[in-house]
Parts: sequence; structure tokens; C-alpha cells
Amino acid sequence: MPIYQIGPKRLVVGAHYGLKEWIIQRATAIVMVVFTIVLLVDYCITGSATYEGWSALFSNQFMKLLTLLAFISLFYHAWIGIRDIWMDYIKPVSIRLTLQVLTVLYLVACAAYAVQILWKV
Amino acid sequence: MVDSQQNVKKDRPVYRNIGLAQLIKYRLPWAGKVSILHRISGAALFLMLPFLLYLLDQSLASELSYQKFQAITGHMLVKIICLGLIWCFLHHFCAGIRYLLLDLEIGVEKVDANRSAIFVFCLGLALTAVVGLKLFGLY
Repeated sequence: MPIYQIGPKRLVVGAHYGLKEWIIQRATAIVMVVFTIVLLVDYCITGSATYEGWSALFSNQFMKLLTLLAFISLFYHAWIGIRDIWMDYIKPVSIRLTLQVLTVLYLVACAAYAVQILWKV
Repeated sequence: MVDSQQNVKKDRPVYRNIGLAQLIKYRLPWAGKVSILHRISGAALFLMLPFLLYLLDQSLASELSYQKFQAITGHMLVKIICLGLIWCFLHHFCAGIRYLLLDLEIGVEKVDANRSAIFVFCLGLALTAVVGLKLFGLY
């Protein structure tokens, strides 16, 4: 556990969280761009929108995992974005923390639902 | 000289703890408009996640639920909501790629950045129109 102590009094906290989240927000964005391109290419190849084609695409194990990665990226990306919104506009700490906790719970529930949807196919 | 400078300073509006009434009067540059729309579209997508997941669920679960999915998305009101969300996605997507390029220091000059902001804003609308025409069965 590193100690971010500079001098006898100044405790440096926070800065490293910012950079980490900043990078994750961009990395997850790229994952979602790749996923969007995969979906678009599939649409261009198959063309028609039928249940058979659509469900066959997601019954493929590789596509399932790629979709799950895209979803996890989406939820983490959304967490960072919404967290930024709360930090920008909601100043009272009690309200902000409550909203942040609710955001996390909401996104975890969405993630569970996404897994359920994907592994039903 | 000093007097005129003071006059200019006095004429400028001072905003402290700005409220909604003042925000509406703000004239943002294009980059600012794209930025706030990026935030609004992201928040809208976040709020509508359960609805979007529900649609995905219906479209994938079974042949029967797929028909239900088609019935739901066939409603005019649902179509309009979907079109709004499609704009949110496309604007967020295009503006996001602009930010990724800006992070790589591509197009950070003032003129370029302004131009790319206008381009991204129009591209989002144009792509929404393309998808929207398909959604409403015009081709």
C-alpha cells in the first residue's frame, strides 16, 4: 500500500483516481465502438431482420462474450459519466453519495439483467 | 481613459450562482453545444437503459417474444422515443470519437475544433435522419 504523503503535513489523495477513471472511460468507449462496428457489419452482411438471424448471432459463444464485454464497458463507462454529473451539479455530500450509491446499484442490476438476457438465447 | 474602462466594466453582467434563467441566455460556442449535448444524451441513455435492455430481451428470448418486440416498436409513441434515443446514441458516438481524437491532439486548434464540432453535430442529425427514415418505413 503506497502512502501518498508529501512532507510532514500534506496528504495527497484523489489525483490517481482521476487518471485511472479517465483512461477507463476511453478504453470502454473503444470497446463499444468495436462492438457497434461488429453489429453494423453483421447487419450489412445478413441484411434482413428476422428472429432466426438475430438470435443465431447471439447464440454464438464468441458473440455472447463480446456482447458481455461491450455491456460491462457500457456500465462502467456510464458509471464514470454519471458520477461526473453528480460531482458537477450536486454539492451536498449526503445527497451526492446517495445518488452515487443508487447509480451503482442501478448499473449492477442492469448488468445482471444483461447476463440473463444473453444466456437465455 | 480610466473612466471609460470603468464604464465598460460596469456594463458587463456579473453572474454569481447562475440559475436556469441566465443559463438559457448563454450563447455557447459549437464545441460547448456539442459538449453539453454529449452529457445530456449520455444521461438520457443511462436513464433509458432498463427500457433498452427490455427491448433486447424481447427481441431475443423467443419467436413469440420477437413478435411482441415488433408490436411494441410498431407503436408510434415508442417509435418517437426510439428515434430520440437513436439520436442520443449517434450524437454521443460521434462526439465521443471527436473527443478521442482531441485526446490524441488531433484537431485541437481553435478553428479546427470549431469546425469538427459543427461537423459532429450535423453528422449526428444526418445519421439520425437516415435511421429514422428506415424506422418509419420510408425506404
